[in-house]
Amino acid sequence: MANITKEEIRKPENLVYKKTDLLTDKALSYCPGCGHGTTHRIIMEVLEEMDIQDKTIGIAPVGCSVLAYDFMNIDMQQAAHGRAPALATAIKRLMPEKFVFTYQGDGDLAAIGTAETIHACNRGENIVIIFINNGIYGMTGGQMAPTTLPGMKSSTSPYGRDTHLMGNPLKMTELVAQLPGTIYVTRQSVHTPSNVRKTKKAIRKAFENQKLNKGVSFVEVVSNCNSGWKMTPVQSNKWMEENMFPFYPLGDIKVNTD
Amino acid sequence: MKGNEAFAEAAIRAGADGYFGYPITPQSEVMEYLMAEKPHERTGMVVLQAESEVAAINMVYGGAACGKRVLTSSSSPGISLKQEGISYIAGAELPCLILNVVRGGPGLGTIQPSQSDYFQSTKGGGHGDYRMIVLAPSSVQEMADFAGLGFELAFKYRNPVMVLSDGAIGQMMEKVELEEQRPRFTEEEIIKNTPWATTGKTKNRERNIITSLNLDSAKQEQHNIDLQKKYKLIQEKETRFELINCEDAEYLIVAYGTSARLSQKAVDLLRNQGIKAGLLRPITLFPFPTEAISKLADRVKGILTVEMSAGQMVEDVKLAVGCRVKVEHFGRMGGIIPSPTEVVEAMHKKIIGG
Repeated sequence: MANITKEEIRKPENLVYKKTDLLTDKALSYCPGCGHGTTHRIIMEVLEEMDIQDKTIGIAPVGCSVLAYDFMNIDMQQAAHGRAPALATAIKRLMPEKFVFTYQGDGDLAAIGTAETIHACNRGENIVIIFINNGIYGMTGGQMAPTTLPGMKSSTSPYGRDTHLMGNPLKMTELVAQLPGTIYVTRQSVHTPSNVRKTKKAIRKAFENQKLNKGVSFVEVVSNCNSGWKMTPVQSNKWMEENMFPFYPLGDIKVNTD
Repeated sequence: MKGNEAFAEAAIRAGADGYFGYPITPQSEVMEYLMAEKPHERTGMVVLQAESEVAAINMVYGGAACGKRVLTSSSSPGISLKQEGISYIAGAELPCLILNVVRGGPGLGTIQPSQSDYFQSTKGGGHGDYRMIVLAPSSVQEMADFAGLGFELAFKYRNPVMVLSDGAIGQMMEKVELEEQRPRFTEEEIIKNTPWATTGKTKNRERNIITSLNLDSAKQEQHNIDLQKKYKLIQEKETRFELINCEDAEYLIVAYGTSARLSQKAVDLLRNQGIKAGLLRPITLFPFPTEAISKLADRVKGILTVEMSAGQMVEDVKLAVGCRVKVEHFGRMGGIIPSPTEVVEAMHKKIIGG
């Protein structure tokens, strides 16, 4: 193998994988090991495969992914904290032929934006909501999130989340699955290649669903926050499997797309 | 028509693409009228009752960022809830129309008319250095006219425009002449008129991003400098006011909206008494007719501002006048509309005899 040159490796016929043009060349601002980058990539791959770049409008939240528009090579709007589903509602109603999605973290979607999330889902807005749940406020430095597990440490629950004092974690995905306006509700992860494939399929299905005009497709991605959890990326993935998945089990919760 | 209804009908006719609102007295007729009119069938306009004022203003953000003509309406407590969204809209330089049918505050206050949201409307209201263009109607006709004018100014300057009305103008019925229906802009026209809008990234252009975020302080300072330049340009180009009996006036009243109506009557009463009174009615509150007031200050003996508040606009009048002549405020609060006689008495007590 040692005698193969770089030029030979780079020959087109040897190409097995290429970054989608729908991702910009800007280096991701996410911590190494974080699930945001992978999720960005598979959303953009789905849009490329569906050939809907020119018809898609994305909405970035407030949080670690506030700069999602730096990396996603599509038209995007940046919303006030928690308000992405309100923006998406108006965009889709005013331009029903477009594909509209929000990309939101747990603080954004399940705390400050609870009302916007629930009402957009209940009205059955014909949009995609991608919900990254890492159980913590990453951007602001690791504070307790609405999805922080009982007993889990954060900078505002330094001795662990005491549910008697701090309330319970919110299973937003199960909650929106109860609403008549959601047609597809699923929970996935991106911590292994096989899970990445499953999540990509789920996101593809969510975007395909917009053609049905029947309501919200809601994809939760349970993710790690190795920096916020104060672990290595490998440790954080293991911890996620052992602690997050039992509380936030992976799989489809509602499939009502017929 | 009622002022609120005239505004709603005029918005449809101005080619509005979307209305997003939440009920609150005394402006609920706006959405009621729109829903009854089925604008979706008339023009294709979207009308949606949101879950809150917060959601409604953010729907406006989303629609405005697509280059659409979108609006919302509310009354004082609801407008307070919209301040976050308005700040983002101003920061992202999005055009939109916001109607505030003011009621008495603070807090839940009263449902009766007031003008106590002047500071909030003209000085920012939300966080950060920004300004809205503020139009103050004093008749049902102007409620209708300012819907179209508001959209025009909003798109000209990529800036939120507020129509600052009050419970009296919103609820009163007057004859009104409406503009003809203008067609809504097509997608092609929107792409041409607002090339910055998020309409979907095509191969032949860079992606469009609507945001108010600049993590680089130098860039954010430059953004602020550019905003201030825009506001200065608006001050130079868009100041609007009306002068009534000011040619020979020795005593001036400055009043807008409902207060201007009753002050006009007060001017007549004063003139009947042989006192040369005049009225300056600001039509734009931002930009404020500072120069016009300053000129009049050179030749009048005193100025009374009449507002249905504790005295808010009076500060801008004092800034325009300096200390050249006496400036006093007269007003009623909490939903009380002063009578012209009270204004005449205030002029005697505070200015002529004071």
